[in-house]
Amino acid sequence: MTEFLQQLLNALSLGAIYALIALGYTMVYGVLRFINFAHSDVFMVGAVAGCLIGKHLPTGTWWGGLTCLLAAMIVCSALGMFIERFAYRPLRSSPRLNVLITAIGVSLLLEYTFQNEHVFGAAPRSFPQVFPQVVWQLRGLTLSSNQLLVIGVALVLMVALQFIVFRTKIGTAMRAVALNPRAAQLVGINPDVVVSFTFALGSALAGAGGILYALNYQSVEPLMGVMPGLKAFVAAVIGGIGNIPGAALGGLLIGTIETFVGGSQLSTYKDAIAFALLILILLFRPAGLLGRSHVEKV
Amino acid sequence: MLTVTDLSVSYGAINAVAGISFEVPQGGIVTLLGGNGAGKTTTLHTLSGLLKPKGGKITFCGEDITRLPSHQIVARGLCHVPEGRMVFANLSVAENLAMGAFLQTDKAAIAETREHIFTLFPRLKERIKQTAGTLSGGEQQMLAIGRALMGRPKFLMLDEPSLGIAPRLITTIFEKIVEINRAQGITILLVEQNANLALEISSHGYVLETGRIACSGPSEKLRTTPQLKAAYLGG
Repeated sequence: MTEFLQQLLNALSLGAIYALIALGYTMVYGVLRFINFAHSDVFMVGAVAGCLIGKHLPTGTWWGGLTCLLAAMIVCSALGMFIERFAYRPLRSSPRLNVLITAIGVSLLLEYTFQNEHVFGAAPRSFPQVFPQVVWQLRGLTLSSNQLLVIGVALVLMVALQFIVFRTKIGTAMRAVALNPRAAQLVGINPDVVVSFTFALGSALAGAGGILYALNYQSVEPLMGVMPGLKAFVAAVIGGIGNIPGAALGGLLIGTIETFVGGSQLSTYKDAIAFALLILILLFRPAGLLGRSHVEKV
Repeated sequence: MLTVTDLSVSYGAINAVAGISFEVPQGGIVTLLGGNGAGKTTTLHTLSGLLKPKGGKITFCGEDITRLPSHQIVARGLCHVPEGRMVFANLSVAENLAMGAFLQTDKAAIAETREHIFTLFPRLKERIKQTAGTLSGGEQQMLAIGRALMGRPKFLMLDEPSLGIAPRLITTIFEKIVEINRAQGITILLVEQNANLALEISSHGYVLETGRIACSGPSEKLRTTPQLKAAYLGG
């Protein structure tokens, strides 16, 4: 029982990170109908930015940690908008495949630019412990403040996202563009602004995900985004691509499966089993768990 | 108020609109008639900036708006109720109306316009929380018109407001269009396949045929033009 709870906690914190990344994939898909393959590298840049900024911050303080988190989110927001403006927007009216290939190009560009030793270097660096770190022992259960932090921050960000998307004017405009870009233009919405905002929002979440991941796994390197990015993408598809609650659900599901299989005797197969489940779910629900034609898409 | 000069639009090699000119005077109702593929919808899409013309000029209130993006055209008071209504199906009626006022910043004015739309279309008020996709065709048309009115237009373009709507609702919608024109002084450009109805409420009409203006004149006269009668008015 204790072990189960322990694993559940691990699962939640890993799933929360996947969910944060998955939200970016799903939102961009919602408004532009394309998969931003560079998203996983925005996640990496978040961790790298946190690593570089965190060095100049005191360790173990709340304000230092939150500054680091916020700074990484801002850096990623700017990066996301920059990528969209200069790599994707010029291709807005060309076939979607071109944009997709460009996204892969941007992804590789980021990964290998950061491997340059003058930029960051290929060797993993340890992430500064900017947040206060406490470990509690509770009836045999090991609770680390980092894990709670991951779950807490992810929760706060998802609630904030939900608020932005469903309660604000720009969020409603995002949904309007996702539903019918032409009609959105006819009411005076500038689609470029909405798309920019979507990238900013999704990238900020990826940046936060990067920091939280780095806090938990302690190491940062330029290819660190590849696997979590892939899994988050899978999570977005499982949840129903374009669907915000679906992405969160998919993230938690993938995190849970991975953690529990990882903790069993089949641990070497944890990724294989997670992806096999993806295939299984999609066989029975091709549109994803929450993906139906009438659900909210962003 | 709106002057279109020698406008041509093409999709690749196909000329959908081949050099048309027409004018809509302030406060009037002008109709564009014609069959399928005559270029009516293409013309409206170009006027509202969704399509870029190949040539020609569009002047609105003395200003050249030919190459402006849609949101800037809407900002100048030219709103478009598109063919097939295009309401935001997953958004509620209230949210659809709020999106219509996207460029409006004066909250009191927005609330006032909304109330006005509810007196025009009481049905929308009853359905305020419902998602737009669950409304009937006629209700969606009301919502589409209401959404455009939320932008406080000086000029309203309506594309086939009678399409796919129960016959008894068509009359209501057309009455409302006249009311919008008379009571609020909003100039209207109406695209219709139902030529009889359109000529009844408009002062002037232009008949499009494969991208060109085949004939034009006061609506009274067009109604009795033999060739038009044969083609669109059922003899």
